[in-house]
Amino acid sequence: MGALLQYIQSYLSSDKTPGAAGNFFWATVYILLVFLGLSVAVIAMNWLERKILAHMQVRLGPMRVGPHGLLQPIADAIKLLLKEDIMPAEADGLVFWTAPLIVVLAAFTVFVVVPFGPAHAITDMNIGILFMLGVSSLSVLGIVMAGWASNSHYPLMGALRSSAQMVSYEVAMGLAVVSVIIMTSLNDQGTGTLSMIGIVQSQMAQGEWFVFKFFPLGLIGFAIFAIAMVAETNRAPFDLPEAESELTAGFHTEYSGFRWSLFFLAEYSAMIAVSSIAVTLWLGGWLRPFPNWLHGATWDLIFSLVPGITFLLLGAITFFNVVRMPKHPLFKIQTIGLAGFGAVLGLIGLLLFLPPVRDRVGDIFWFSAKVAGFMYLYIWYRGTFPRYRFDQLMKVGWKVLLPTGLGLLILTAGVGMRTEIWKAIQGATQR
Amino acid sequence: MNPPVATTFFFYLLAAIMLIGGVFVITRKNAVHSALALIATLLAQAGIYLMLYAPFVAGVQIILYAGGIMVLFLFVIMLISIERSLKERMLNRQWVVGGLAALALGALFISVYVKGKNLFPTPKVPVFETNNTQTVGNLLYGQYMFPFEIASLLLLVAIIGAVVMAKKRI
Repeated sequence: MGALLQYIQSYLSSDKTPGAAGNFFWATVYILLVFLGLSVAVIAMNWLERKILAHMQVRLGPMRVGPHGLLQPIADAIKLLLKEDIMPAEADGLVFWTAPLIVVLAAFTVFVVVPFGPAHAITDMNIGILFMLGVSSLSVLGIVMAGWASNSHYPLMGALRSSAQMVSYEVAMGLAVVSVIIMTSLNDQGTGTLSMIGIVQSQMAQGEWFVFKFFPLGLIGFAIFAIAMVAETNRAPFDLPEAESELTAGFHTEYSGFRWSLFFLAEYSAMIAVSSIAVTLWLGGWLRPFPNWLHGATWDLIFSLVPGITFLLLGAITFFNVVRMPKHPLFKIQTIGLAGFGAVLGLIGLLLFLPPVRDRVGDIFWFSAKVAGFMYLYIWYRGTFPRYRFDQLMKVGWKVLLPTGLGLLILTAGVGMRTEIWKAIQGATQR
Repeated sequence: MNPPVATTFFFYLLAAIMLIGGVFVITRKNAVHSALALIATLLAQAGIYLMLYAPFVAGVQIILYAGGIMVLFLFVIMLISIERSLKERMLNRQWVVGGLAALALGALFISVYVKGKNLFPTPKVPVFETNNTQTVGNLLYGQYMFPFEIASLLLLVAIIGAVVMAKKRI
């Protein structure tokens, strides 16, 4: 018992990830925490997407279940779990059954290497970014299997579209990623890194987020990735695999109940996963904004208070809406519920002000805040852009993004090697 | 220190997955099932690469084979009518040639198994894991520059050939 406790405590003093420290207990804890956090994030995204889309279209969105529809995701989840699980008569049973599992596994496994902080990752692999790209590219297999196994025309068309689309955009995505990996090699040793934590640390060492590196080269790479990642996750305006007006629901037309909810879960966690790649590679991962302009103890303190202030603000907004609730007696329970929710948010905010908590969650907060920005962008895209036609989609992928990515790669390598190239030219002219 | 992952158990597990997957590839009548079994085989192979302390090769194996090439395989197979291929005969009754080939291969395997250690050079200490990517890069752009460029030229020719064959007017 004492040895076990000591084993558990021994990790607390280390500054490594549980995977690197080889501590099974904390690795399991981290995996459970990440899984829990992801599930909460997906539930929150479900509600936020419906609300924000509704407000963009001057509607109210879900209002009935809970105050401002806050309990709607839970009601949806219960509905999905209670629904009958239907399999088409001529479907290929085994493939139909495993397809959603593969999609979910691929979407969740990538979070093994996502760095929420210098020590807040399940593990750090020296092929981190390759691992993320590789495993997330496996999800297209699940989609293709689902479309084929349904033995129906709409899903098959959706699966064909999705495989063509994802394979095309993976190329542009990979080129943008390689340009970042070239940037990581600009240090004294001249060796870059593929590890997710290493990439953020090299941004810290170079004192610059890679989105601003070699302006505008970093920005172009970021833009390529930001476009390709929307296509990669089959979201609007690239949601051709599930275009409602053409293919009913695309590759998951024949899925119902729990299996459909697995696809839903996988789609949202894949969105979070690619956003985390973008944040890690270009936006400095867990680093807080402006670490070199606004440095010093005072600024550190101010930025460490931001998480708490954010939650207090959210609580204040909630209480503002409590005051605005209708005064009718039928709304009494809803008003109390909303006030309770606001109180919980405020308490979380106060908790985040405590110095020991503040020091530990700062990096997680900044990472999550940046990812949340991307999540909002996803909703914004869906609310504002019309869907592409398939030939337009292919044209953008192969004729715009791919050549830009290739040119960007060559330019980045050239600018990174500029002193060496300059020396070589001088040496050649002097001879 | 972490316990080593490259244990014999994992080798046998991955090898078993590869063998079973390989057998399924050739025995399934349904081409999609064969392709899926092939994907399982390729993923297990990536695991074997990891056990050989070659994480970069393992990652590339997953991205290229499992994520890229096999998706295109499935893409093509799904366009073919499965019903017709289900009715076709799988074995083409060339027992004599097949048996001879199997015998030759079996003899080769047995001889390798018996002579084992003498046939191969003595094992080297594996390259340290963290430098794997750099080592691969240095070898590809240093010692093996010429074969690497030749291979890329070959791929370019294949791409141009595909475009010429697919498009009537360029």
